[in-house]
Parts: sequence; C-alpha cells; structure tokens
Amino acid sequence: MDVRDDVVDILAGFSLFADLTTPELESLVEAFGEETFPNGDRVLRQGLTGSNFYVILDGSATLRVDGVDRATLRAGDYFGEISCLLGVPPTADIVAHEQLRCLMLPGAELERFLVSHPRVMYRLLQGEARKLRTTTRWLS
Amino acid sequence: MVELTERPFPPGRYPLVVVGSGPGALQLTYSLRRLGIEHAVLSRDDEPGGMFRRWPIFQRMLSWTKPYAEHEHGTSAYERYDWNSLLGDDASHRAIMPEVMDGTSYFPSRPEMAQGLRTFAERTGLEIRYGCTWESTRREGGDQFVLTTSDGAYRTGIVVFAVGIAEPWKPQVLDVEGVQQYGELHPAESYAGRRIFIVGKQNSGFEIATGLLPWARQIVLASPSRTKLSVDTRTLVGVRARYVQPYEDWALAGGVVILDASIEHVERTQRGYVVSTQSVEGRSMKFEVDDVIAATGFVSPLQDLPELGVATFGQSRIPTQTPFWESATVPGVYFAGTIMQGAQGLRKFGIPSNSGAVQGYRYNARVLARHIAATHFGVTPARPRIGPDEVVPFLLAEASLGPELWHQRSYLCRVIAFDPDAGISDEGIQPLAHFVDGGGGDAAAVTLEANGKDNPYPVVYVRSGGAVRENTLTPPHPMLDYRGAEYEAQVAAALNPVLGRAPTRSAQ
Repeated sequence: MDVRDDVVDILAGFSLFADLTTPELESLVEAFGEETFPNGDRVLRQGLTGSNFYVILDGSATLRVDGVDRATLRAGDYFGEISCLLGVPPTADIVAHEQLRCLMLPGAELERFLVSHPRVMYRLLQGEARKLRTTTRWLS
Repeated sequence: MVELTERPFPPGRYPLVVVGSGPGALQLTYSLRRLGIEHAVLSRDDEPGGMFRRWPIFQRMLSWTKPYAEHEHGTSAYERYDWNSLLGDDASHRAIMPEVMDGTSYFPSRPEMAQGLRTFAERTGLEIRYGCTWESTRREGGDQFVLTTSDGAYRTGIVVFAVGIAEPWKPQVLDVEGVQQYGELHPAESYAGRRIFIVGKQNSGFEIATGLLPWARQIVLASPSRTKLSVDTRTLVGVRARYVQPYEDWALAGGVVILDASIEHVERTQRGYVVSTQSVEGRSMKFEVDDVIAATGFVSPLQDLPELGVATFGQSRIPTQTPFWESATVPGVYFAGTIMQGAQGLRKFGIPSNSGAVQGYRYNARVLARHIAATHFGVTPARPRIGPDEVVPFLLAEASLGPELWHQRSYLCRVIAFDPDAGISDEGIQPLAHFVDGGGGDAAAVTLEANGKDNPYPVVYVRSGGAVRENTLTPPHPMLDYRGAEYEAQVAAALNPVLGRAPTRSAQ
C-alpha cells in the first residue's frame, strides 16, 4: 500500500498500537492504505453503505450527526469501527477539519485484523468502553 | 528557425496548458479540442506514449483488449472489454487497440500499446510540442502560473499536469550500491543461475519474478504484509493473474520463496549481498544472494509543485485533489492520467477507483474536459432532455452497458436532473463524490458498485430536497444485465421522491 515511511513512527506513539513490535507495525502499515482528505471533505457518510476503519495520523475531524457537530477527533483517534463490526451504514458523518491524514483498513478486513492482533482488539475494546461510558453520561 | 516555427505552441501566454504526452494527456487534449477549448500541450518526450514507450519492462501489458466480445468494436459498450484504447467521438478514433494487435494474446504487447497511442495521436491530429521540458513553476500576479521550460516561459491561469507516477522509489534501507530498481534491470538472460532477492510483493515485484522465473536459480520475494491476489479481492487491488506464476511456484514448493518480513539490513559483500529480515513473529533470517531488486513503488515527478503549495499524500507523493481532479490546495492546478487516483472518491468497502489505469482515467479525462470547459471557459455541454417514461430504462441501460460505470465503480455515475421548470435532463457522467457531497437540486445518479465478494450491482442515488438517499438494486445479476422488470420496479420506487407518482412506461 502507498504509505509514507514516517507512519510506523507515528503509529508507535498511539495507544491503540502500543503493544505491537516494529515488524508488526510495518506489516500493519503495509496492509492499511494512507488517505488524505481536504478540509470539509466527508470521510464517512451517514447512511451510506461500504464504510471502512480509519486511524487519524494527522489533523482533526468532526463527528456530525444529522448536521449537528457532536465531537472532534484527533491524531490517534479512530472511527468507522462500529459500522464495520456491525455491517451497517455509519450513524454519523465524519468530516475533515483542515487537512486530515488517515490510515484506512477496508471494513471487510477489520475482523481478520483484530483476530490476528488480540492486543489491538483489547485496546479497541477499552476505547469502545470509554465511548459507552461517555454516552451513558450524556443520557443520564 | 524553420524547425522552431513548425513546432506548435511556442512559449507565450495560453488560456490553458497541459503537460505530458502519455495516454492521460492524449485523452484530455483530445477531449478539450472536441469542446473547442484553446490550449497548449507540452512534453519532454519526442513522441506520444508516456511510460508505454519503455514499460512494462517485460514488454506486455496486464490490461486486456478482447478482440471478440458481446458488442461491436466502436460501440461504447465494447469499451468494457477493451481496457487500452483511448476514447474517440468519431468511428475512426475508437477501438484502435484491437486494430494494432497481432491476435496472439489479448494482453497487448508493450510495442502494440505504444503503436495504439501513436495511431490515436496521428488519426486525431493532436498537436503537441515535443522536446519541451517543464523545469519549474511559479505564480505571477496572484492567479497566473508561469511554467519555465527548456523552450522558454509559458503563462497561463490553468495548468493540467499529466506527468505520470513512474519514477521508481526505494526506501533508505535499500540505498546500497548495486541494488537495482524497476527500469534498471539487465536483460533477463543475464540473471541465469543467480539468486535474486526482490523487495516488494505488489505487481511490479511479481512482474519481475515472473520474467526471471526461467532464469534465476532462486527467487525470494519479501515485504512485511501478506500477498493479496486480484482474483481474491475481485478488484485491481492485489497481484494480477498474469503475474501469479511465482505465487503458485511458492505454493507448490517449487523453489520460489515468498516471505512476510521486514527488511532490516542489506549489506554488499564481495560475492553479492546479505539481506537480513525479520518476520512479524520475530524470526530473523539472512539471505545470501547475487542480486537485490527494489520493487517498492513509484513517485510522481511533481518537481517544485509542493513548494507552490500543492499538498500530497502517501509514498508516491500523489497530490490531494478535489472530486474534479483539481489540487485541493492550489486552485487552477489540475491533474490528468494516473495521478488522478489522488481524487479517491467514496472508496466504498475500501475499494479504490481504477483511476491509476488507462481504462479508468480515460473517462476521468473526458469528465475533466467538460468541467474545465464549463467552469473556466463558459462552454456548457449539451444536456439532452429525457421524457418521464424514459428515465428508468435509461438508468438501467447505463448500469448494464455504460463503460464509465463498469470501469469506475462507485466513482463515476450518470446523472439525471429533475428541474421543476426545465424538466428532466441527462447531465452526463460526473464523479459520484461530487453528486453525493456537492449539493444541488433534485437529481438521480446511477453507478455500479462492488463489495469485493459479489458480482457488481447497480446503486441509484436520489437527491431530493437536498438529502441523498442510497438505493441498492438487488440481487446482483449473474449475467450482469440489469434491464429486467425486477430492477425496473426498484428504480421506479427509488425515483418516487423526484418523479412523483407519474407512471413510467417500462414499469407498467
């Protein structure tokens, strides 16, 4: 895949991949593709099928539900996992804020990737737990 | 002096300048000329063809042109089976590749491809200033660009770079004397009896391995992640079937080694090289080999465009682009040819467009020409009217036969506008990302989509009241023909918000 050679160093600093060795990170980087989105471009589109899993390398993005901005995502954050894991269209837009640089894994490959990297799966699960806790606080 | 005056486009000011003479530039200049857009075309080469004047190095394409197909040569439906001809408006400009192929393979040889491109340029009377090398770029007066070339300065407000992504690149670990790159290989027979280590497991690595299989004593192919095959991904992602022989050799333990490992170190020795690798499982290995070949990718020769503000991404340094292939950071700078893959589209299911290949970017070029003509020159393309009863069959015929949709899935679409005053009109082929994200009045767009496991299937996007709704037609048809009543009913239902309850003839 077409990925710059600085990506391994960037990923090594992200908690999601903190347990991976350098060869594992290099393998991951080659399996993912790099994408860049100009300011204002939609990365995920609410209600459209075929989404993917993204990890932000650089820049930030807005999580937008029904046209309302709900959260800001930054380097090290990831998105698209709920849509990929459940096989349903995203329930939010993700919109690039300034230039957004991401790694992208096709949705269909996420299961195989997580199963073969159980420490990443555990850390992703921790991230999902944090999101659930935040949502619960919103609702309570 | 006579020679200088015979060459077209002397230095000066032009409304538009195109740089390049590969298939991307040829298709664009042809399409611009047909729209009457004045422009200059400059190329450092001495003839058309771009990279196909030299490559692929083993002299045969991996994209096919079928001499016999369901549709006649020269029809738009035939283009689905001919991945290599450029697109023409006149009969003599179409389907040139099957004319120049000798019939021994449905993959054109490299010389046949080059001949096809030369023939297209000659028949269509394209004017190109050859031997004119673009050297640098600067801004002048805010919205003007100055291109300095070997022949002098060109001033323009709009410039399209179609300069390819064909300069081999290698990582620092392979920056060792004697490590060869794609394009630097010696004649295949000179590798007789040698042990060869190829870094990179994409098409270029497998092309080299395939070419050297009859000669090499041993071939090792290595990179960190596992090999993907196009027959598994059902896309152009992965190694194409033409180059799968080394993979089978490895699978049957025939002597080829395919390794999922990082390259840690390469050392030059008196007898050759020692390559140290480490697998994801932590296993270290050393290989003593005679040759190391880097098949680690290519970059685009953008020269000083990044300093001008053109943002790029990835190892190939591809410019970040709008859906209409304009630099996302420097308005007025566009791209054509294989660089168009920088406008990534929706990438549904992670599948990229085919904009990196002739069969994809030839359609982009036609769309780009229309876009430039409309936005910069006020030349509005015709928008034929369509009767309400014709809409459903029109969309399904496009899904079944439209070559743009077949070659650029989830990327290009055919758009129909529903204007309460002007009526229903065919808006032509547009980027799907523009339709979905660009806003506008009530309209429908049909495209073909793929998910990596099923047959391609049509999707109709309907924009009504500013909101876009996706309508997937099911099930995928085994013969890939979507003109039946089963699909007509689905399209008619999808169009309800924009067509109202007006019955369509075909849906009755």
